[in-house]
Amino acid sequence: MKSLQPFNQKARNMERVRFAELGDVQALQQESDASKSGRVYYPLGCTLSFNPGWEVDVSGGTAGLCQPVERDLFDCYLGCAWPAQVPDHVSNNPSWTDKCSAAVNDWRNVDVVYP
Amino acid sequence: MTACEPAATAYRQSEHHRFRVADADFLYLVPSGAVFRLDGLSKEIFDAFPLGPLDRGELVSWFTERRYAPDEIEAILEEMTYYDVLTSGDGRPKFPSIPAGDFPLQRVVLNLTNQCNLSCGYCYEYSPDKIAITKDKPKYMTDPVAQAAIDTLFRESAGRPKLHVTFFGGESLLNFPLMQSTVAYTDAKAASEGKAVDYSLTTNATLLTEEIADFLAEHRFGVTVSIDGDKELHDRMRVFHNGRGSYDVIAPKIKMLLARHKTNSIGARVTLSSGVRHVRRIYDHLTQEFDFAGVGFSPATASPDRLYHIGGETMDDILGEFADLAYEYRDHALKGRHHRFTNVTDTLKELHSGVSKAYTCGAGLGMLGVGTSGDIGACHRFVDAPVAQMGNVVKGGIDHEARREFLEQHHIGARPDCHTCWVRPVCAGGCYHESFINHGNTSASLLKQCDRVRGWIDLCLHIYAEIGMGNPKFLERFND
Repeated sequence: MKSLQPFNQKARNMERVRFAELGDVQALQQESDASKSGRVYYPLGCTLSFNPGWEVDVSGGTAGLCQPVERDLFDCYLGCAWPAQVPDHVSNNPSWTDKCSAAVNDWRNVDVVYP
Repeated sequence: MTACEPAATAYRQSEHHRFRVADADFLYLVPSGAVFRLDGLSKEIFDAFPLGPLDRGELVSWFTERRYAPDEIEAILEEMTYYDVLTSGDGRPKFPSIPAGDFPLQRVVLNLTNQCNLSCGYCYEYSPDKIAITKDKPKYMTDPVAQAAIDTLFRESAGRPKLHVTFFGGESLLNFPLMQSTVAYTDAKAASEGKAVDYSLTTNATLLTEEIADFLAEHRFGVTVSIDGDKELHDRMRVFHNGRGSYDVIAPKIKMLLARHKTNSIGARVTLSSGVRHVRRIYDHLTQEFDFAGVGFSPATASPDRLYHIGGETMDDILGEFADLAYEYRDHALKGRHHRFTNVTDTLKELHSGVSKAYTCGAGLGMLGVGTSGDIGACHRFVDAPVAQMGNVVKGGIDHEARREFLEQHHIGARPDCHTCWVRPVCAGGCYHESFINHGNTSASLLKQCDRVRGWIDLCLHIYAEIGMGNPKFLERFND
């Protein structure tokens, strides 16, 4: 049993707020030690949002995906802080995706860039 | 160290009330109203504090020497300070903030009439303690006034989705036609504004008919019947103008109401006075003879020189009976059974949710009372009174300046007598009307009752913890 145990609803609400304030992210495969420290960890991973490009199709390949595998590049570029090898859109290649307004249709317009 | 040098952070116990149930230690924290169970290291740390304020380093080394790992001590100290079990603050009492003067309304209490067909000895509207001045006021409220009150409720309710209308008196059923037309008006307005409204009624039951019972059932009224027990006890104070007791008139009508009205709860409200103080006897009668859903007890409001005033020793006897009934409630709860002593239910609900009141009740805050002329009082007890007035629903609506002043004067922060009291999150100073009758001042704390209030809340905390350990599922009914 916890040493300091919330007993009424107010105390349990305070505990929830505390956990939310102390919360941190961790990768899905990492074992949480929340029970040891009393801290809560929120899982981190692209599968928390529905990004089909990260998956494989029924054959284990990528040919039958509902979105092209190349979309991964685009997703890393815009929506994720994952350090994928994509052009630096802040300083050097701000117009890299100018011709690609919708990844599903225009992914071929995302061109190779040279440093 | 020079005078300018900051002192090392010293921790002390925060304001609290500690209690023990079986072998378990609990803290009721003030002002948050949170209840924590102490065990192991947290208990040892908390118990170390009678030694005086300690700084963090001292605490860690003290417990490191006593077999605990520094990480473990740091973690529990962080928890205890976060929850304000320990504090490094200045030790001054903390209070909720003062709400804005336009705090959204939730309930209006309409005094449909200031007339009554009974002459109960203790009535605060007719006894020597009467404060309402009704000489120049209409005897009965009219449709335009009631509708203006409903309009005020909707206009001042901001985003609240659910509103309440309570019908009160005098004897409210003396003006039953107005109740009918007001419900029709309110239902239509609620439908057009997309809000829900529920209704409640307080009555002496003398005028109940099948037609009225069916109306109350159709509109899902919560009904409170004023009744003081069996015939002998009830008829001591609740009499008609000619002195005849009212029990024989109301008993069959209450049974009829309970048989016909099943859509909401029907509770009994008992007013205790010097001659009517038999809590167990009254409770048994009202639950066995009438099958009320709940029975609540309240001492009559009276200045000390009234014959029916309850003196100190009598009040202690009453609280002894309250305790017996409360323990019976606990025993029922541990077996998962409902008990109808609503004084306990109401207190357990507040302890469970951990209320931390800025005000003793909703008077002048989310609730207002409206008299027959449309004058607004802080609650139904202050309708047409010389104090706590806040405008008129027909002439200009709520006087927001008067309401703001009332809220400032009655805020817990403005009641220094309460500032060192651990029970203030639940009590917040006591009924303004009781204060006015006893002290001539609505914001005077009822100091002579304080020990009894603390005793009652302490008893209910024990019961709460016992139920929480023995049958926690029972408490889920109190979840918000």
